[in-house]
Amino acid sequence: MSDHVIGAQPGNAQLEVSGISVTFDGFRAINNLSFAIGPAELRAVIGPNGAGKTTFMDIVTGKTRPDEGRVLWGETHQNLLKMNEAQIARAGIGRKFQKPTVFEDQSVTDNLMMALKANRSPFSVLVWKAGAKDRARVEEIAAQVGLADQLPRKAGELSHGQKQWLEIGMLLAQEPRLLLVDEPAAGMTLAEREQTTALLVDLAKTRAVVVVEHDMEFVRRLNCKVTVLHEGSVLAEGTLDHVTADQRVIEVYLGR
Amino acid sequence: MKPGFLAKNPSVMWFLLILAIFTLGVTFLSHAYGPGVISTSMVKTLGKTLCLCLIAIAMDLVWGYTGILSLGHFAFFGLGGYMIGMWLMYERTRDIVLSSAGSFPMTPQEVNDAIGTQIFGVVGGSELPAIWTFAGNLPMQLLFVVLVPGLLALIFGWLAFRSRVTGVYLSILTQAMTLALSLYLFQNESGLRGNNGLSGLQNIPGVSAGQDQLSVWFLWASAVALGLGYIAAAFIVSGKFGSVIRGIRDDEARVRFLGYSVEGYKLFVFTLTAVIAAIAGALYYPQAGIINPGEMAPIASIYLAVWVAIGGRGRLYGAVMGAAFVSIVSSWFTGGRVPDIPLGFYTIQWVDWWQVLLGLAFVLVTLLAPKGLSGIVDLLEGIRSPDRHGDPLGPDQGSLQQKEAQE
Ligand SMILES: Nc1ncnc2c1ncn2[C@@H]1O[C@H](COP(=O)(O)OP(=O)(O)OP(=O)(O)O)[C@@H](O)[C@H]1O
Ligand SMILES: [Mg+2]
Repeated sequence: MSDHVIGAQPGNAQLEVSGISVTFDGFRAINNLSFAIGPAELRAVIGPNGAGKTTFMDIVTGKTRPDEGRVLWGETHQNLLKMNEAQIARAGIGRKFQKPTVFEDQSVTDNLMMALKANRSPFSVLVWKAGAKDRARVEEIAAQVGLADQLPRKAGELSHGQKQWLEIGMLLAQEPRLLLVDEPAAGMTLAEREQTTALLVDLAKTRAVVVVEHDMEFVRRLNCKVTVLHEGSVLAEGTLDHVTADQRVIEVYLGR
Repeated sequence: MKPGFLAKNPSVMWFLLILAIFTLGVTFLSHAYGPGVISTSMVKTLGKTLCLCLIAIAMDLVWGYTGILSLGHFAFFGLGGYMIGMWLMYERTRDIVLSSAGSFPMTPQEVNDAIGTQIFGVVGGSELPAIWTFAGNLPMQLLFVVLVPGLLALIFGWLAFRSRVTGVYLSILTQAMTLALSLYLFQNESGLRGNNGLSGLQNIPGVSAGQDQLSVWFLWASAVALGLGYIAAAFIVSGKFGSVIRGIRDDEARVRFLGYSVEGYKLFVFTLTAVIAAIAGALYYPQAGIINPGEMAPIASIYLAVWVAIGGRGRLYGAVMGAAFVSIVSSWFTGGRVPDIPLGFYTIQWVDWWQVLLGLAFVLVTLLAPKGLSGIVDLLEGIRSPDRHGDPLGPDQGSLQQKEAQE
């Protein structure tokens, strides 16, 4: 199919991670990992449980500090390791968690409004009022993720799959330049999975998207470059057909 | 079409209405402006209760909405009281000094020395400490009511939140701050008369009206402050800011990943509520007449948490209900008006056993009715709460610690 997958050219990467390592109580969860993604690129990250996929996202989003290595962002090569979670998010990195995390006690509208791109300082949030444009945008996003008729409901009342969608909607509302999406398909029906792949492919036309997923069918539909992680470092990288033919990948991941 | 602020918050209208009826009712039953069915001391108790309702709103903002179980807000309340108390005491003493001097002319220095001797004689001093420099200046002291507690909260909060201290550890830290402050004020060297505190605060310099009138005026001032505080708090929690702080309460890490500086928001709420608490204190102590460091003991701040829990945290009217209910019932029990219960082998004296009853009520409410008294309003309205799939929402880490502290 698509052997013409374009990787990030060195120098113009949106995100450039080089040589990072993390140790938890003597256990090396990330081991000299390097990774780069272009400004409008879709990338699937696969690997066995405990390979370090979520930890990798933790490092990029500032939740976990690596012991060594560099994480550079954007054209200006901003050093993300010097920034906290909120600053990194404001710089344009959005994240969807493995376990859907939405604000259960608040309505779908409130969840989306909170995520909507706007000034984040306490003073401007205090006097902020949803304008017609904001409400229209929230409705548009809700329609996009199939929650148009759920807006007034509390997020806690939604089904697992709907929460996944809501979180994706919140991600869209943030208008990030890099989306880190951790196992989006969990708890979704087949039809919803197809919808998700279509959405992710579409989003990647204008921004960088990293998707972690175990479901190989899902990854195949993404039709993009694949990075295989194993024991905290990159085992293989390339098209899906290329990596699935790799003997080591078959051993550690597919063969089981 | 956008519904207005009041239309979106019907509880504000109801609250203001009830508050107005209450204040008018008390006024026209008071000694000064009515038949005197309500005694002046009762008017003062009710006025003080309104101030306690105001600090309960502050506590609800910081704990019920933002999830910071502060056990230090009574320190800010007390500081506010001290700041206004300094002016009250200084001015009143000055009046006394001047009138006793009669027509004998005194230099400003002599007046100042005489005031110093009068105020600090009780602790063996005669010098007015430097912190009394502006005591004769009402606008300055009013500014200090806001500035001193506000700055303390800002510095303390900045240090605590910046290092991401949360949960029980933060509660302990706030309590340590309160304890340190009250111990410091107990010392004569603190310049605020040590354990004697400030007294005679019920007399307002330059006002010739009697206590029966003054008590009603303070009731009104307290009611206005409470009404404004309620409106401000309702405004804060009803918009996106409210969404963000409730998000911080339920999952602060998630809020960070949305790009909000959680520490900044916590600092904002902590400082703002400290200022509200201080204003409440500045209105409370002229009605109480006396303030001493014992008022700021850590137990007071724990009580505050108990009121809000009993009333129902996370709702403004819940906090008000809790503070009003508990403090009125408390003054009923501790006022010695409740008959003792003789059991033959032991007599239950409510003055002592009231604390136990309160502790028990707190435990029961926490376990059985987390919405507290305000849950009654829900029952009346027939609101059903959504199924949360068993996920905990509020910060409950602090409860155990309070139970321990109660015993
Ligand atoms: N905070 C932590 N403290 C200790 N160990 C951790 C921590 N976070 C992750 N680990 C460990 O690091 C390893 C990598 O975990 P990670 O969650 O990144 O794996 P993953 O690739 O996302 O796995 P999965 O497919 O199951 O989601 C695991 O062995 C995990 O137990
Ligand atoms: Mg994971």
